[in-house]
Amino acid sequence: MHPSAPAAASPPDHPQPASPRDLFVSFTWLALQGFGGVLAIVQREMVEKKKWLTPDQFLEDWAVAQVMPGPNVINLALMIGDRYFGLRGAVAAVAGMLTVPLFVILALAVLYAHYAANPQVAAALRGMGAVSGGLIAATGIKLIPQLRKHPLGFATCLAFVALVFAAIALLKIPLGWVLLAVGGVACVWTWKKIAP
Amino acid sequence: MNIVMQWHDWLALFGQYLLLSLLSISGAITTVPDMHRYLVAQHGWLTEAQFTSSVAIAQAAPGPNVLFVALMGWNVGLNAGGGIGAGPMAWLLGFFGLMVTMIGIMLPSTTLTYVATRWGHRNRTRREVRAFKQGMAPVVVGLLIATGWVLAGGNQSTGVPAWHLWLLSGVAALVVWRTRIHLLWLLGCGAALGAVGFV
Repeated sequence: MHPSAPAAASPPDHPQPASPRDLFVSFTWLALQGFGGVLAIVQREMVEKKKWLTPDQFLEDWAVAQVMPGPNVINLALMIGDRYFGLRGAVAAVAGMLTVPLFVILALAVLYAHYAANPQVAAALRGMGAVSGGLIAATGIKLIPQLRKHPLGFATCLAFVALVFAAIALLKIPLGWVLLAVGGVACVWTWKKIAP
Repeated sequence: MNIVMQWHDWLALFGQYLLLSLLSISGAITTVPDMHRYLVAQHGWLTEAQFTSSVAIAQAAPGPNVLFVALMGWNVGLNAGGGIGAGPMAWLLGFFGLMVTMIGIMLPSTTLTYVATRWGHRNRTRREVRAFKQGMAPVVVGLLIATGWVLAGGNQSTGVPAWHLWLLSGVAALVVWRTRIHLLWLLGCGAALGAVGFV
């Protein structure tokens, strides 16, 4: 169990997953509903339908899942599984998220390879590629207003955004160096700004 | 596409994904530019089209987006085995490649998240924890926009002007930003525009 697991503190009528198997099945089902990203489905299933998490818990877990390396929704599944069944629950939830969708996507890839020589199929996928580029950029753009409340101030944050964008997209500097240098400066600067 | 993968090449690939796993703050998608640099530009293990289609198929399919990593490994393995038509050996290598990249991208980040969330939850009011969480925010935003940029311009075709592709990406970004339309409609529109020869 989580050392400070809210599960222990939550009322007994708080719905909980019945077993690691329940976690596996629930997360498999959840993942299969998520076209083009799973986060919205996680919120709907876990918080609104199953009520395994309160909205507050969801927000707190989500913030942490986002800051940690790795896919956000996988991290979130891991944390929810861990909360109820420790390591076994974490493994069950992550395995549920990945196993069946993996075979679905492989089947799609094989199907695609079969038709890849067809110029229309290749062009259709090129169009989808361009759209998915736009989707991801928009995810970033949507987060910009959140930076208004940042301790470094909005203008400084925008400068950091521009710096990272230029380093990765235009100068093609390896990610590790950018994170270490720009991320390091941003974290230390923030640390100084939030001095008590 | 045919490539030769020695055991040390597989090991290097595994090592690269272990490293990228730890760097994939805010999702594996932010490491796409670096994967592109490594797999396509530096080693030539994937073609430009294989790379972009891996990401696009994963976006269109159900499930976590991180599965594009599995498709990249699958394609590297297929290329090493002589292509998808080369028979069971190529399929086996594809599956091997898939395991190499997926285990590589998942193992370090999940282990770290497991340990760190327990620690971070106990220490969530500490100044270091808050400085890390908040300090990384602008960096994550810049990374996401850069990733979109690399994907948008990555797969140009001959015969169609490049600005068509940029326009499609730009309009898609605008629509997602401004509306709550289901993403699947947008991907469908992209596919349709591609099929009729716009991009």
